[in-house]
Amino acid sequence: MKPRQKRLAIIVGGLAALGIAATLILNAFQSNLVFFFTPTQVANGEAPKERAFRIGGLVKEGSLQRSDIVARFVVTDTAKEIPVSYQGILPDLFSEGKGVVAQGVLGADGKFTATEVLAKHDENYMPPEAQAAVDKAHEATRTLKQ
Amino acid sequence: MSQRLINWFKFASPASFYPLAGKMWPWFAALGTALAAAGLWISFFVAPTDFQQGEGYRIIFIHVPASWMSMFIYCVMAFWAAIGITFNTRLSGMMSSALAPTGALFAFLSLWTGALWGKPMWGAWWVWDARLTSELILFFLYIGYIALTAAIDDPRRADKAGAIVALVGVVNVPIIYFSVKWWNTLHQGASVSMTKAPTMATTMLWGMLIMALAFWMYSIAIALYRVRAIILERERHATWVAELPEMQR
Repeated sequence: MKPRQKRLAIIVGGLAALGIAATLILNAFQSNLVFFFTPTQVANGEAPKERAFRIGGLVKEGSLQRSDIVARFVVTDTAKEIPVSYQGILPDLFSEGKGVVAQGVLGADGKFTATEVLAKHDENYMPPEAQAAVDKAHEATRTLKQ
Repeated sequence: MSQRLINWFKFASPASFYPLAGKMWPWFAALGTALAAAGLWISFFVAPTDFQQGEGYRIIFIHVPASWMSMFIYCVMAFWAAIGITFNTRLSGMMSSALAPTGALFAFLSLWTGALWGKPMWGAWWVWDARLTSELILFFLYIGYIALTAAIDDPRRADKAGAIVALVGVVNVPIIYFSVKWWNTLHQGASVSMTKAPTMATTMLWGMLIMALAFWMYSIAIALYRVRAIILERERHATWVAELPEMQR
């Protein structure tokens, strides 16, 4: 092997070793890297107990209630649900049927008391007219199914 | 070696790359300016308002291209680093150090515009989710590269040390890119991907792609301009530099 090829081999080998090491490390820290837990993960007991964590999912349609300054809503991942109460200002994008991430503590009664609520939006960007058309199409398929 | 159509190794010599870069950078700069004008026009006046984020989403036209550039420039730096170590070419290290400030600039822009976008939409300037954290690490890698190469006096040794940082740090780039897929993050998924149809209105997508192209042209132009300065600085004692027409004044 020429010295040049040797150096190239060292670089390729080094990068491969680094890649494998990074994969193993990231795998080991899997649970620390997730930003939030889904209601299903919480139901399975994967979420940390007796310490604040974040839950994420969709705000269930028709579940938002406001009394004084406390907002109550249900976070769902369509399989499991968690009722959440939050005292504070909700972000502008917060609405029923949209993504949400809430930080707080899970009580023994299964109710989640949030200290911070963030809106999670998706990667769909379109003009309002296009969204109206999409909604109409969904509506049409729903009526067809009935 | 001499049988090849173009002898690439000829341009690995700073003395022959210097005039080539001087001829190329104005073209890239002109293209970049034209594309940026077109891209900004589409971004602000042609692209429609978003159905849920209103006008605020328009920051995407800077944010996404800047993030792409920050990741891509690091890959290019790692490429030059590998070439530099393998073939022992002086120009490779100079290209890496010419690219680093531009990459750092784009990484910073990505974080800054992301914060400005996150506050009104998510409700937070900053969260420690995998996407944001790994992009912050990328910014620190750029700063680390610049600091390390600047701290070593001998340019050849500085290039070698910097090359190691560039090569080791490149592991972070796929982590940034796939972070939204591998873990739950507050950050939304990829705006454009190779495997599925884009989830954006066509004019929005065009605005973003033209802005990305403009950033490419800008990066190439500024890197070529900067590498010329680095070549002159490092080769200032060489006879070919003394013989340059711009040195005769």
